[in-house]
Amino acid sequence: MMGNANLTRSADKAEAILNRDVYEDFLYLEAQLLDEWKLDEWLALFAEGATYDVPTAGAPDDVSSSEKLFYISDDYFRLGHRVKRLNQKTAHSEWPRSHTSRLISNMRILGSDDSGVHLRSAFVTHRSKGTATDMFCGHHLHTVKMVDGELKIVAKRSMLDLANLRPQGRVSIIL
Amino acid sequence: MVEQMDLTKSQEGKWVREDKKRGLFKVSRDAFTSQAVFERENERIFNKCWLYLGHSSELENPNDFLTRNVAGHELIFNRDRKGGFNAFFNTCPHRGAIVAREECGNALGFKCFYHGWSFNNNGKYATRSPKGVYPEDFGKEGDSVDLSRVPRLEQYRDFHFINFDADAISLDDYLAGSKEILDIVSDHSPDGMEVVSGVQNYSIRANWKLLVENSFDGYHAAETHDTYFTYLFDAIGGTPEEAMAKMTGQSNCYDYGNGHAAIEGEAPWGRPVGRHIPAWGDKGKEDIAAIVKELEERVGVPMAKRISNGDRNAVFFPNLVINDIMAITIRTLYPVSPNEIHVSSWAFAPKGEPPELRKRRLDNFLEFLGPGGFATPDDVEALESAQVGYGNAQFAPWNDISRGMLKEKPANDDEEQMRCFWREWARRMEAE
Repeated sequence: MMGNANLTRSADKAEAILNRDVYEDFLYLEAQLLDEWKLDEWLALFAEGATYDVPTAGAPDDVSSSEKLFYISDDYFRLGHRVKRLNQKTAHSEWPRSHTSRLISNMRILGSDDSGVHLRSAFVTHRSKGTATDMFCGHHLHTVKMVDGELKIVAKRSMLDLANLRPQGRVSIIL
Repeated sequence: MVEQMDLTKSQEGKWVREDKKRGLFKVSRDAFTSQAVFERENERIFNKCWLYLGHSSELENPNDFLTRNVAGHELIFNRDRKGGFNAFFNTCPHRGAIVAREECGNALGFKCFYHGWSFNNNGKYATRSPKGVYPEDFGKEGDSVDLSRVPRLEQYRDFHFINFDADAISLDDYLAGSKEILDIVSDHSPDGMEVVSGVQNYSIRANWKLLVENSFDGYHAAETHDTYFTYLFDAIGGTPEEAMAKMTGQSNCYDYGNGHAAIEGEAPWGRPVGRHIPAWGDKGKEDIAAIVKELEERVGVPMAKRISNGDRNAVFFPNLVINDIMAITIRTLYPVSPNEIHVSSWAFAPKGEPPELRKRRLDNFLEFLGPGGFATPDDVEALESAQVGYGNAQFAPWNDISRGMLKEKPANDDEEQMRCFWREWARRMEAE
């Protein structure tokens, strides 16, 4: 779904591709909402039925969560609960809230099919809490689509271009 | 140094103090922060105990290999041409470079990339050199140029363990009663069990023994993991009252000897091996009924009940965790310094599990466990918080592990299982 192989799939029903600045602005908005912990507004960027996943560090882009162990593999229900959880002070890992900063770059429009427009962007996210500041780097694979006149995420996969989660230890923030 | 505590002198140790009469058990916070303790643990625990290396399912075929760091040692775990299992130190006898640099593969031999020294996959030196470069009997007169073998490699069921001490007792004797846990998780399926592809390698900024305690700590669950249980009761379907009504209240703690221990209870989450939840629907109910029926026929009703409906957290001294809860995880944890742990976590599942059941199992795993789960990150926060708190050890020197000590039969939310670990730790560490 995410790779180049399927770009010609259902080309006749393919989602129309908009100007690249629309997508860039959208990704920057997403990053800002996460940096500011506006998680309900962030969740509203997702279409109903959307998914969010984070495979283990170094996994290939097309890895399947039915076959391999991931860190996160949220359907829409669990994604909603992830936000609900992170909005509570009893989400101890993120309370007091960590400081985060997300840099998004190198965005490319990979193509489009009936599931939506496929975007690839590089990210560097810093998370700072207590005495530790950790860096996560990798690339996002977004599938986005116009729903009732608004651009929405139908799938987001965050690939960590790392050998392991040492010293980061956890992905308790949303990447 | 730590203050004196008002306990009976006969029970006094430097780090672990136990007063059986009053029901008090205290551990010095120095044991979590001291460089000297860390070095003593390497010498007296990690160089002397049996340590988990891997599972047969990770090396299905002859010539399969994987590389793994165990207690700071880079190792090759492989099967040779005849199918036999081997554990080698992953270092070239020539100048030391790593000879196998991939995580896993299938290879008849290993060739060092530095100068090209080669070895068969039984470890034997197999380098061709021009005549006269090395003596005719090179490597044959007590000057071995084969890959060095880890002194001991033994297995129970399909779990392989190594020991760096050639004189250690057998693995079978060492595991003592804890073999029960390996039997139980091996018997989940009639087709055998396998390690699921993919590993969670992460770290924690805390002392390794904090994660040992946390891995079978039934006391903290409700308090630390409130957000997980909120999610769970929404996810499983039905009401919390219905889920709780099904629970029989079994609550056990097993002292398996040699520092190994486990707790066993019953939680509201679904178990892919036999505890249905409404969210899995009618099809899921049929799947679970078929699994339970097969279990009852194969292992008998009492054991089938334990396998299907018991949740178990086990620690094999010193640092192998097998938690058979909403999914099965195999976890190892190694100190790289007094205040940093390297953790590796795998999922363990029936071979040939149908895709929709495998997906259900992995979802169960990720909901709770691992760096992105709804629970583990909060455990990590608690452990790191404790490690920071130990900065006050000069003025607040003792941890309390006394819960349930005066009970005849400690429950799964008491701390007897941790005391089993600490008594063995003290036996090895406190001796002159």
